[in-house]
Amino acid sequence: MYVAVKGGEKAIANAHALLAKRGQGSTDAPRIDYPQIRNQMGVLVSRVMAEGSLYDPELAAKALLQAQGDVLEAVTLLRSYRTTLPRFGVTIAVDTVGLPSERRVSATFKDIPGGQQLGATFDYTHRLLADELHTPEVATPDVPIDEPMPRVTDLLGADALVERDRPDAGWTDPDPGDLTREPTVFPMSRAERLQALTRGDEGFLLSLGYSTQRGFGNNHPFAGEVRVGEVEVEFYAPEIGHAVPIGRIELTECQMVNQFVGSADQAPQFTRGYGLVFGRAERKAMSMSLVDRTLRHQEFGERIVSPAQDEEFVIAHADNVEAAGFVEHLKLPHYVDFQAELGLIRSLRREFQERHPAEASEAPAADNSTLMEANA
Amino acid sequence: MSGPRIVYNEGYLDEQTKRVVRRALLKGVAIPGFQVPFASREVPMPRGWGTGGVQLTASVIGPADTLKVIDQGADDTTNAVSIRAFFEKVAGADSTTRTDHATIIQTRHRIPETPLTENQIVVYQVPIPEPLRFLEPRETETRRLHALEEYGLMYVKLYEDIAKYGHIAKTYDYPVLVNGRYVMAPSPIPSFDNPKMHQSPALQLFGAGREKRIYAIPPYTDVESLGFEDFPFEPQSFDQSCEICESTEVYLDEVLIDDQGGVMFVCSDTDHCERTLTTRDHDHITEVNA
Repeated sequence: MYVAVKGGEKAIANAHALLAKRGQGSTDAPRIDYPQIRNQMGVLVSRVMAEGSLYDPELAAKALLQAQGDVLEAVTLLRSYRTTLPRFGVTIAVDTVGLPSERRVSATFKDIPGGQQLGATFDYTHRLLADELHTPEVATPDVPIDEPMPRVTDLLGADALVERDRPDAGWTDPDPGDLTREPTVFPMSRAERLQALTRGDEGFLLSLGYSTQRGFGNNHPFAGEVRVGEVEVEFYAPEIGHAVPIGRIELTECQMVNQFVGSADQAPQFTRGYGLVFGRAERKAMSMSLVDRTLRHQEFGERIVSPAQDEEFVIAHADNVEAAGFVEHLKLPHYVDFQAELGLIRSLRREFQERHPAEASEAPAADNSTLMEANA
Repeated sequence: MSGPRIVYNEGYLDEQTKRVVRRALLKGVAIPGFQVPFASREVPMPRGWGTGGVQLTASVIGPADTLKVIDQGADDTTNAVSIRAFFEKVAGADSTTRTDHATIIQTRHRIPETPLTENQIVVYQVPIPEPLRFLEPRETETRRLHALEEYGLMYVKLYEDIAKYGHIAKTYDYPVLVNGRYVMAPSPIPSFDNPKMHQSPALQLFGAGREKRIYAIPPYTDVESLGFEDFPFEPQSFDQSCEICESTEVYLDEVLIDDQGGVMFVCSDTDHCERTLTTRDHDHITEVNA
């Protein structure tokens, strides 16, 4: 006898209790404390902050613990919290030239003013799995690391070999749009696109950036500069009449320099792709700058031939909170739609069998494209 | 740092956000079937799990309201339970499973069998608000098609179905023309439910959280399911009746009852089924509870 599925409430409560138990693991092992996550899993914490669009290492560490290490779940937690916070305004654009570089490398020039600074990087480490982790003594740097370093792209910019990073004199920086507070409508401004990219999924951007390198929308990139460091954030307070520092954040910036042979009305010069991400996130910042440049095809009169150039394709699918939610919603019941499709397939099969009485037994269902469509 | 840092607003959404949503709603009601972009917020459940519906409900619900939440027609499916619990927790809302007692009904994939009234608001959870999406994936294009009232693509799709299969092969999310102007996705309700939208006395609101769109059908608005003069729209129907409450002319779920391919058909609308049953004799009730 069929018993109606009842007791959803109880099932949910039990499932959550089980989840909490799995999260704790063995009961005699101590729980990880969130400061440990914050301090020792800094790259992971950065990713959660960047994709969660909230710079708060403590909360990101807590979210990671609560999510049992599921990054997208942690990002979702942070986003759902962030959206309830009041917005006071827009900070003054951070000055990444004055960003004292903890790390700064350029692939375009052998030596640059301020020097190349390897800093804390996985580059050139031998990827040999270690039994135990050691922390060797760090030598005192030759150059004081809190000295501002000019941007490589600005050095090129002096000769107009690279496009300027802002329009000519007389231009004032407009308040940027805010994707999280205003409706998104395509086509987007570059500022909105960059917002969407910086909170976009690292893996997705990596693949898209990679695809441009493999010929799907190639834009001949050079890593003009990648830098990581802490920068001061300032907020203009009208009550006091001047800017006040409100804190420091760690950022990774990438200026990608791309060849451009010129067009009918534009002289040949190098163009830029830009990436700026919270925390230590070089891979993401580089991918972002590749995709940013690729999405600027209209400015340079380039033909759209690849997915990475397609703004709607890239931006609409870069958000992993949305993507994960919608993919996973397929777990929700779809009895009603499925019932409707069952009815349709049955009637199509009946009609097919009437037309082909002999082959009826091995008849495949009719074109199942309708089944796949909008299976939501 | 000491003391709790994490504090949520009463009712979760802040008042400013509610105003943003209500403004979009007013525009939606003023232009029936038109998709209004809105700054969809995160809510504490995954995108695609009813975040649009939750934001709408949060924006229209008040202390005098009674909320009913259904998924697949049922009040006790897990996601419906979860959303109802959310509103009980953050909005202190009264809730009910009875369609006739509810003032707000948030739904996924069904319209209740009990006829709706002027005192009710139906909030639909919408996955893909754009009826033309699978014909043209680009929003920049579809926006233009709606503006020009250019729905040829859709009619060609329906025509091709008829040419290929002998009838329109669309069984849910069947496109409708609202107030003679905008083609609209009714959300993935079965075509069986489409006729209930036409001239409904209730206000119908549609929220697509992930896609950041809101649209609406005001009470007593024409909602016509697309079709042709010689191939008019035909809602799906069932030959069977519910094997629990014996209702006919209702949407049925096919439930597998053994591993021999045995099935039984029961009401998808659990509230309708229960209330129909209570008006029947006691034998049936005890049988079901057994």
